[in-house]
Amino acid sequence: MTSANPSLEAQPAEPSALAEISQETLALTKRLFVQLQRRPSTLVAGVLQPLIWLVLFGALFAKAPEGLLPEGMSYGRFLGAGVIVFTAFSGALNAGLPVMFDREFGFLNRLLVAPLRSRSSIVLASVLFITVMSLVQSLAIMATAALLGYGWPGGGGLVLVLVTLLLLVFAVTALSLGLAFALPGHIELIAVIFVANLPLLFASTALAPISFMPTWLGWLAALNPLTFAIEPIRAAYAGQFSLSAVVLDAPYGQLTAASCLGVLAALAVGLFLLIRPLLDRKLT
Amino acid sequence: MGDGAAGGGLIELRDLRKSYGRGDGAVQALDGLSLSVPSGTLYGLLGPNGSGKTTTLRILCTLLAPDAGSVRVAGCDAIATPRAVRRLLGYVAQEVAIDKILTGRELLQLQGDLHHLDGRERNRRITELVELLGMGEWIDRRCGGYSGGMRRRLDLASALLHRPRVLVLDEPTVGLDIESRAAIWTVLRQLRNGGTTVLLSSHYLEEVDALADRLAIIERGRVIAEGVPAALKRALGGDRVTLRVREFSDAEEAARVQRLLQACDGVRQVVVNRSQGYSLNLVVEHDGVVEQLRRQLAEAELPVFALAQSRPSLDDVYLQATGRTLMDAELAVAGLRDPKAERKQSMR
Repeated sequence: MTSANPSLEAQPAEPSALAEISQETLALTKRLFVQLQRRPSTLVAGVLQPLIWLVLFGALFAKAPEGLLPEGMSYGRFLGAGVIVFTAFSGALNAGLPVMFDREFGFLNRLLVAPLRSRSSIVLASVLFITVMSLVQSLAIMATAALLGYGWPGGGGLVLVLVTLLLLVFAVTALSLGLAFALPGHIELIAVIFVANLPLLFASTALAPISFMPTWLGWLAALNPLTFAIEPIRAAYAGQFSLSAVVLDAPYGQLTAASCLGVLAALAVGLFLLIRPLLDRKLT
Repeated sequence: MGDGAAGGGLIELRDLRKSYGRGDGAVQALDGLSLSVPSGTLYGLLGPNGSGKTTTLRILCTLLAPDAGSVRVAGCDAIATPRAVRRLLGYVAQEVAIDKILTGRELLQLQGDLHHLDGRERNRRITELVELLGMGEWIDRRCGGYSGGMRRRLDLASALLHRPRVLVLDEPTVGLDIESRAAIWTVLRQLRNGGTTVLLSSHYLEEVDALADRLAIIERGRVIAEGVPAALKRALGGDRVTLRVREFSDAEEAARVQRLLQACDGVRQVVVNRSQGYSLNLVVEHDGVVEQLRRQLAEAELPVFALAQSRPSLDDVYLQATGRTLMDAELAVAGLRDPKAERKQSMR
């Protein structure tokens, strides 16, 4: 900062950017966790809903026809990966809601008159919060699935599951935050979330393998980002964990776990780059 | 204080222009507004709703970019170096946005962290401000249960946390109970006495009259009068007199009295006020004129039902500058405001 103002020049040198950005980001993140602690209904609903999926859907298709699933896998175990991914996905899709409410109620203005070192702190806090919350929900589902006898990915498999979920959460959070700044109000945002949620679930391999689907739906499922997260996790659950193992037999070719993760990473980076100009415009 | 660069004020607004919307629906909120606020003063912005006060303050606080014009605070350009200006300012907005689920203390802690205070300094400031604003009983309760007055105090505390050189308040006492209003007035005076520059907007004449060292009257996005309240009133000259010859006069009698009064020496601007039962409003140059008037009326065998004499008020200053009273200006725009559109404007 250059200024001819003596009183400002007399001030000590600016503290490090990293220290200031972490102070403001932590404070903003803490606020979101305090909200969650006092209004835990979102967390509870976020765990209950997938649990209901797991139990009811698992029971509904417990007698899935022979040969539907590869290598005699039980339907519960097949479904587990889908439900874990769906949990993380829905959690991240809601990331924009608190931001939208802050915009609407003017709380964002309160943040914007403060001398934030970087206004990305506001977005960063949401990303941190949603990531932690999605992972907690996913781990709760994984634990329940393990209790239901659907298995638990060991060692390297668990790392693969977490990395996959992180990439998906980053990508979807970026999308949701972008929508929170692009749409005029929370009604519109909730409508988009509502409309996006279930079709993306059904048009993925969460509930059935591609081989079971009509061709057109198979194509949709093979292009759906959820599928790229579900299949590596399913492979990790099957215990045959290897990054170079083929995990998805898509109509356009076979994909390894590594290429699925690559697609998710590219998606996350792409979406963050896409929403950045929007955030810059709204936050400066 | 020696800073402030050209113009001499700690806050220098030059030729600000801002319009909302486009095409035929565009509203010119600021139309070349300039303002210079000297360091250490309690400065009032007076004007009816919709005159551009809030827009001015939002531009000053870097929440809004002007279409044209410059904003400097202590020599810092608010458009080129907004962060430097944000550190100098504390802003109490009109619409109090708080997180209802946080306690007052948690909200202040958040605010302290956004200003990068270290933990100990932050907590010491919170203790001081809670004491100063009398919030002790409430500070650890959730803000959702606060009264309007307590919310405003919390907002004031959060604007003061980083010891800003300039405190900016947008209509700080609208809708408040008398006790909270008095508490806020006291704090504002204390701050000014301690060297803080305070800029507040208001459409309450009494508030600006009671508090402000200097004031600017804003009308349609421009400053139309500026100065020390006493000097502005003095410049109008003469006392205001309201006269009723009977409780209810008719137009004919009022016109007769008007002619009679206009003929008197030392009487100016005799106006018949139809909306108040044909009373007469006039300006007299000195006290002796009133006695003269009473004699003349007695000679003309006219009674005096009521005669009120007062020093010129800020309302008279406003009337002189705009040709209407502040009350009339308020009424004229009362039906024109669109709260929904205004919320949209302030939404990022």
